[in-house]
Amino acid sequence: METLFFLVITLVALVSAILVTTCRNPINSALALIMTFFCLATYYVMLDAPFMAAVQVMVYAGAIMVLMVFTIMLLNIRIDSSKKHFHMVVVGSIIGFFTLLNMVFLLIKGKSALPTGPYSGEMIKQIGHTELIGREMFTNFLLPFEITSILLLVAIVGAVILAKKKI
Amino acid sequence: MEKYLIVSAILFAIGTIGVLTRKNAIVMFMCIELMLNAVNLTFVAFSRYLGNLDGQVFVFFVMTVAAAEAAVGLALMIAFYNNRESIDMDDVNLMKW
Repeated sequence: METLFFLVITLVALVSAILVTTCRNPINSALALIMTFFCLATYYVMLDAPFMAAVQVMVYAGAIMVLMVFTIMLLNIRIDSSKKHFHMVVVGSIIGFFTLLNMVFLLIKGKSALPTGPYSGEMIKQIGHTELIGREMFTNFLLPFEITSILLLVAIVGAVILAKKKI
Repeated sequence: MEKYLIVSAILFAIGTIGVLTRKNAIVMFMCIELMLNAVNLTFVAFSRYLGNLDGQVFVFFVMTVAAAEAAVGLALMIAFYNNRESIDMDDVNLMKW
């Protein structure tokens, strides 16, 4: 049952990912990308990470994609009618294909390490995923977490300065 | 776990092809988001398999960087559109401070 569900979700994810790259209208690409994000959230639920799924839906599908759709509508971009160069498509596809080949080769050749950490599926279900993530983030990863806030501040200031015509 | 890694590899390759073949800057941007998400899926799959939550905390940081990138990148595109009336990557041909 779970395998069948996985296959259906994979099919939807891959088809919408292909639509992102091929749609002529940027709005259609954005909607297909939102569909891919929902499929990834489903994967996270299947991987016992419900909090990551919630964050994925809220931050990616909610915040970032709304920003993108706003920009597309604000700039009033019409359907992309520029002609694609043939050599561009061929070279891009070859590079993408070799990237895929490289990763699949590594997956086949590589031998995975044995599980080392203390967090098993039962433990995550018993204590709760959110609590475990929070504990990890505010003890071992406290400094990166604080640096993240500086990164966001820089992004806010940069976006305001760039979008303004006269400062 | 291998199935998740293979899906993530395919998504990453599709994102690469999209970045290399499209000319619309916003669509290229969305393909970059797709690649970032493929990497996130790898992080979560490995984190679950190894029983270690460090990977999922890293996904948080990747999401933060993606949000910052979206804000700054879209502001850049609006500034560029104000100058050139287009966001086609072929029109980005003049370096000027």
